[in-house]
Amino acid sequence: MNAARKLACVVVLALCAASLAANWLAPAGYARQFREAPSAPPSRQHLLGTDEVGRDRFARVLYGTRISLLLAPAAALLSTVLAALVGGLAGYLGGIWLRLARGFTDLFLSLPWLFLLIAVRALLPLNVSPLVSVLITFLILGLLGWAASARVLSTSADALRNSDFLLQARASGLHGTRLFLVHVLPNLKPVLYAQFWISIPVFILAEANLGILGLGVAEPLPSWGSLLRELEGLISFREEPWRLVPLLLLIVVMTSFQLLLSNEEVTV
Amino acid sequence: MSDRMNMTGRRAFLRLLLCFALLFLTLTSGSAFSQSGGELRFCLRSEPKTFDPLLVDDDSSLSIRYLTGGVLVRVNRHTQELEPELAESWKVSNDGKQITFKLRRGITFSDGSPFSSEDVAFTMQRLMDPALHSSTGDAFRSGSGAVTTKIIAPDQISITFPAPIAGLDRLFDQVAIMSAHSPNPKKEAAVLGPFMVAEYKAGSSVLLRRNPNYWKKDSQGRRLPYLDSIRLDVQSNRDVEMLRFKRGELDLINVIDSDYFDRLAASSPQLAHDAGASLDSDFMWFNQVPSAPIPEYKRAWFRSTSFRRAISQAINRDDLSRVVFNGHAQPAVGPVSPANKFWFNNKLKAEPYRPNAALQRLQADGFHLQNGTLFDKAGNAVEFSIVTNAGSKPRERMAVMVQEDLGKLGIKVNVVTLDFPSLIERISQKFNYEAAMLGFRNVDLDPNGQMNIWLSSAENHAWNPQQKSPETAWEAEIDRLMRAQASTADPKKRKESFDRVQEIVADQAPFIYLVNQNALSAVSSAVEGANPGILSPQTFWNAERMTLNASTRASR
Repeated sequence: MNAARKLACVVVLALCAASLAANWLAPAGYARQFREAPSAPPSRQHLLGTDEVGRDRFARVLYGTRISLLLAPAAALLSTVLAALVGGLAGYLGGIWLRLARGFTDLFLSLPWLFLLIAVRALLPLNVSPLVSVLITFLILGLLGWAASARVLSTSADALRNSDFLLQARASGLHGTRLFLVHVLPNLKPVLYAQFWISIPVFILAEANLGILGLGVAEPLPSWGSLLRELEGLISFREEPWRLVPLLLLIVVMTSFQLLLSNEEVTV
Repeated sequence: MSDRMNMTGRRAFLRLLLCFALLFLTLTSGSAFSQSGGELRFCLRSEPKTFDPLLVDDDSSLSIRYLTGGVLVRVNRHTQELEPELAESWKVSNDGKQITFKLRRGITFSDGSPFSSEDVAFTMQRLMDPALHSSTGDAFRSGSGAVTTKIIAPDQISITFPAPIAGLDRLFDQVAIMSAHSPNPKKEAAVLGPFMVAEYKAGSSVLLRRNPNYWKKDSQGRRLPYLDSIRLDVQSNRDVEMLRFKRGELDLINVIDSDYFDRLAASSPQLAHDAGASLDSDFMWFNQVPSAPIPEYKRAWFRSTSFRRAISQAINRDDLSRVVFNGHAQPAVGPVSPANKFWFNNKLKAEPYRPNAALQRLQADGFHLQNGTLFDKAGNAVEFSIVTNAGSKPRERMAVMVQEDLGKLGIKVNVVTLDFPSLIERISQKFNYEAAMLGFRNVDLDPNGQMNIWLSSAENHAWNPQQKSPETAWEAEIDRLMRAQASTADPKKRKESFDRVQEIVADQAPFIYLVNQNALSAVSSAVEGANPGILSPQTFWNAERMTLNASTRASR
């Protein structure tokens, strides 16, 4: 592990730890409105100032980080499992199954999925708590974000299907589910890892996009998307630089994930 | 002798030359002011949908119509009084069905053709043609039957409607008179307003040039408008608009948000104009539609006047004005903003923030507080969602503040932001929502403009639209009062009826009014003669008398 990757690992772990300790680090909470001090600059009481309705920005950044960093991997895991089922199985079975799966994933990839997300979001029940809404948002992301990974996995599984060791395994009498679980899936593991790690920043950005459109996590729960919305209307970086913290955090996390992905063990 | 004569002749010649020079200078100096006022530049937030003045329905087209269209009468955007324009005088019949205009003589269109009562008749016939589907014309549709025009003389015309129209004369503020010789209106059509469309680049800009035949003159006899031209750039991005204004590329921003306003006021206070409370209001309401897919116990809360009044009392409007709009808004009183000088009911006051009184009112209605949660008589926890449109930051902030205010009463509020088409579908077609928060952009001072909201049979009767017959006694009373005010031409009687409507709305709270935003605008110091007001168009309502200063004219 080189120095950059070590640093990236430390950064991600530190952020995870800080977000988990949010209750202790930012006792003000993410929802309490200090209405006498809206849009306040940083102070001892509010380390990153307050937002437009007087909520402590430091607390919101920590809680937002917790949500984005915990739920994005969960959504990535869901989409990777779906990709493994659709892409891995289709590649393993080959023939018409592979053609059907590729056609279906191509169709899925051609959909304008930001608009699809907006449409699906609009169909959801209205009376759900913010916590349920955030789970639903990431569940939708996970359910809709499998297609690109499935395409990669189907190609890898297709290559494995005609490999010598599978031929030998078949000749030894192995077939069906056991062949898939014992021989195919373990060989797809590096691709699955890579797809999982790639999906995390994609889902963080997707939630941020929804948040910027005002369609992400429900108020008053913060997420990086809703925090980034504060940058709307910021004309000069010098004006209120502390408002850039969520953006910097997003850049740092994305860069860290990219550095972690450069690990040869997970690169195919 | 001859030398003396030569000298005298030379002196006379020099005097004559001097006189001509002075005369030339006087003439040119007068016209220099009137004929080179410079080019005013500002932005349209969207592409104008039409150049046909009778089909205008969007803000951008409205701006162009205001600057290019000549009208018979004009509501002064500053005094809110009706003033003569192309009509010298007018008279509405006692039954409110007929209006007779006496027109000014000697006026010509921008193409040089003369203006007469024939043009007014042509405009009215086209406006009232059902095939045109003109929203401007809809305001004149008072009953079944045709609208008839009678040309009494080239400068006199009477227009008769099948049924009385309240506030008939003021409606003509929106009717730009068209030339009877231009049956197919395009951007090049002859106009009677101070400017005419000279160039249109789709998606980019509209250039208006001075109408050389504009009839109006200033108090010193100089022909208006002073400006040479107006360039309207199509720009939907407000950040870019503000940056261009700060760079001096734009001279006006007609409406700006409170955030931008404060930043501008901090750096250049002389450019930021707060004209006070506007006619616009933001409000929320509960779904009372009987067939709505919501639980019966929730419908019972929403249909309870006590519940609605308690919610209204539990909302801190002062905080909404101060925090969300940085003080550039006023707690709203009701359907009419205090900015509407004539129609506002002065007896009414904004609902004060009284959370304890709200809780008492709810307890009297059978609700009870237990472990920080409010429950109704049947033991259902009080929880509802408020839907609003995504992308409107002020409204989203207000919803979050209402969420916190009601949380203090033990009420759980879920804020849901939806894209606008989904929101409209829910609130107007499927009725699949519990409470909604939206705003009303009011451009009409007259209550007749709100008929489609207050009549129980109306489509925009948001809390329970299109009722076959009024479901409550107070809605029946509002129906009666709105029809009564619309059927008389007597302003005093109309005011009495509409005052009572405002009182019923305050008592019943079908809409919970939150704030009236202030009219905020930005005007460059290069612009002379600007007087921003609260009525649309806020900054350029007197564009014909605006000019740019000498240094700006020279630099462009």
